[in-house]
Amino acid sequence: MDKECCTCTCGAEVPESELFARLDETLNEYHGKPGNLIPILQIAQVLFGYLPEKVLKYISKDLNIPYSEVAGVVSFYSFFSTHPRGKYLIRVCLGTACYVRGGKEVLNSLKKILKIDVGETTEDRLFSLEVGRCFGACGLAPVILVNEKVHQRVKPSKIADLLAEYKSSEDTEGELQ
Amino acid sequence: MPKLTINNIEVEVPAGATILDAAKKLDMKIPTLCYLEGCKPVGACRVCLVEVKGFKDPVTACSMPVSEGMHVFTNTREIRKARKSVVELLLSEHDGDCQVCDRNNDCELQKLAGDLGITRVPYPGEKAKRHFDVSTPALVRDSAKCINCRRCIQVCGQIQGVGSLFPQGRGYETYIGPAFCHPLSEVTCVQCGQCAAICPVGAISERDQVEEVWEALDDPDKFVIVQTAPAIRAALGECFDNPPGTLVTGKMTTALRNIGFDAVFDTNFTADLTILEEGTELLTRLKKALVDKDRKVALPMFTSCSPGWINYAESFYPEILDNLSTCKSPQQMFGAVAKTYYAQKIGKDPKDIVVVSIMPCTAKKFEAQRPEMAASGVTDVDIVLTTRELGKMIKQAGIDFNSLPDSEMDAPLGISTGAADIFANTGGVMEAALRTVYEIVTGKDFPFPKLHVTPVAGLEGVKEASVKLTGLLPEWSFLEGVEVKVAVAHGLSNAKKVIEKIKSGEAEYHFVEVMCCPGGCIGGGGQPRFTDNNTRLARIEAIYREDEGRKLRKSHQNPAVQELYKEFLKEPLGKMSHKLLHTHYKAKERV
Repeated sequence: MDKECCTCTCGAEVPESELFARLDETLNEYHGKPGNLIPILQIAQVLFGYLPEKVLKYISKDLNIPYSEVAGVVSFYSFFSTHPRGKYLIRVCLGTACYVRGGKEVLNSLKKILKIDVGETTEDRLFSLEVGRCFGACGLAPVILVNEKVHQRVKPSKIADLLAEYKSSEDTEGELQ
Repeated sequence: MPKLTINNIEVEVPAGATILDAAKKLDMKIPTLCYLEGCKPVGACRVCLVEVKGFKDPVTACSMPVSEGMHVFTNTREIRKARKSVVELLLSEHDGDCQVCDRNNDCELQKLAGDLGITRVPYPGEKAKRHFDVSTPALVRDSAKCINCRRCIQVCGQIQGVGSLFPQGRGYETYIGPAFCHPLSEVTCVQCGQCAAICPVGAISERDQVEEVWEALDDPDKFVIVQTAPAIRAALGECFDNPPGTLVTGKMTTALRNIGFDAVFDTNFTADLTILEEGTELLTRLKKALVDKDRKVALPMFTSCSPGWINYAESFYPEILDNLSTCKSPQQMFGAVAKTYYAQKIGKDPKDIVVVSIMPCTAKKFEAQRPEMAASGVTDVDIVLTTRELGKMIKQAGIDFNSLPDSEMDAPLGISTGAADIFANTGGVMEAALRTVYEIVTGKDFPFPKLHVTPVAGLEGVKEASVKLTGLLPEWSFLEGVEVKVAVAHGLSNAKKVIEKIKSGEAEYHFVEVMCCPGGCIGGGGQPRFTDNNTRLARIEAIYREDEGRKLRKSHQNPAVQELYKEFLKEPLGKMSHKLLHTHYKAKERV
């Protein structure tokens, strides 16, 4: 899965037909296996970058699971997204520990600086903002995740610097991971 | 068989039974808002809490299997308190405007709150978010009243195999609805209304069209006629506290006349007409297949009276659309005949006639507005009310239903036979068709005792029968010795079973009856709440009683239908029939 991830978030455009062909491979691989919906959705999200309705309807028909149920699962888990995401997905933890230690303020600061709301993506397609419920790092609260990287004890006042680092790494074509 | 006690009374139930099943056996009432007969228990509402000796916490009776030596208590101080708290919490979220709610006096939550003695809601707080969904012709949904019991999900997914509804999102934001909270019209929904029939509160109902009928009745330029489906007469009484299975044909007719309809007619009339058209169509298809060896003729032929079933076939099995009888449903045949033949007879412009239908069904509201249903040049059926809506209308008119005298329906479109009555029951259309087809091809009396084809009657999900044709009239000799094989399914998940059996070659039939709702139209989505199997059986029995009490019990004996052919249609499947009484189907994309 990690390999797939690299091929798809590097920005190279893959034709949609190719993506669907890869989705078909996944569907074949998981065919008839109980509990196959979630792993298939996870792989589809890596392939397409998010879960467009077209893809979900395709999966629903192939697995013969009602579309309402597929949508129910997708909307239940915050890790699934039905909107295109930016290169950097920022997830702000609002689990109990992070919440009481200022997670909400961190979120507000991000919203203000990025000028987007939760679930949205910046115009330059660089950042998306999501909310999570506990990443299992309560001792480091409040935390945010930027793609796979955990940032601990985040202060609202330091958000601008943090974002600037990601932005500048873009300019030098480097990755901050 | 494990033995247990409930409130110190011993009871024995089969292994795997739940505490709720055991309590039912003892006629002990345990309240529940999410339990649905025939479905896997979900334990969502938490109202059926009981105490089990040795268990630390109360358990849900609907989902807890019994075990040997279990001691259950349903009426302890703790349990009363726990149930009360559960319902208080439900009420704290529920946007209850009881006095002006569609479900006033017909609401399970309202009744339970009363039964538990709840006089105030101690947890004021946020209410569930309100999304009105009025996107479909048949159903309206109000999420602010939804208590997330999930009955609608069970009936739509498990009983009907459609799956339009599912919980979306999670936690407090959970919304029971179509994918991504889309309007119902944007996803596949067959409009059967089984969700509305089992919703414990006012979250899903039929689109209320009572006011439209009053407006038509108050318009002096309109000639307003009404047709009543066969299933109404065995259920309408329940709206006036009569037990299920009370036949109220005569009172219903009087009530409709008192309400002010210009003529009171019967969908039964066109049910008889359907049998002549559909029976002839079946024989024509058989002749094409057996004599002309036409490989293109589609067999088995499926019945087409049930609009929920038609919607299902169009979305889920477009490959079998040629197998559906081209006959319109009796409701639509009625509209087409009323606005042509009858309009001519009384010298009225069809534009001035308003056809109102009383149906046990919500999908009929959808069917009436299909654009192709305008064979008379105008919309054939103008307004469709459910049985429940008629009950409300009678109450609005201040009519004391139970003390009404009986009366007869008007001629000619109110004349019918017993074969039309049984259209209400699963297996009924098949039986009515066989009564007529058999007599047409043999010229002999239908040989079944009491005229009933017992193997296709009752609540078994899929039923089969066969009738051997011998000693046929000369013009039908090509069918000599043929064993006509038929199948009957009710509830769409059962229809699916039959279709899959046919597709795999496991079974072969000539004629298949499908009714969308469990039990047939007597269990329709527009019938008085609450319909369980006991209610279904009582209504089915009442319908057979109605049929058996008739002088004429075969559709081809209907004198008014005979006259309609003589004066107007000329012959079954003729040019006029084709124009007015037959239709076509379109594949729809499943979403």
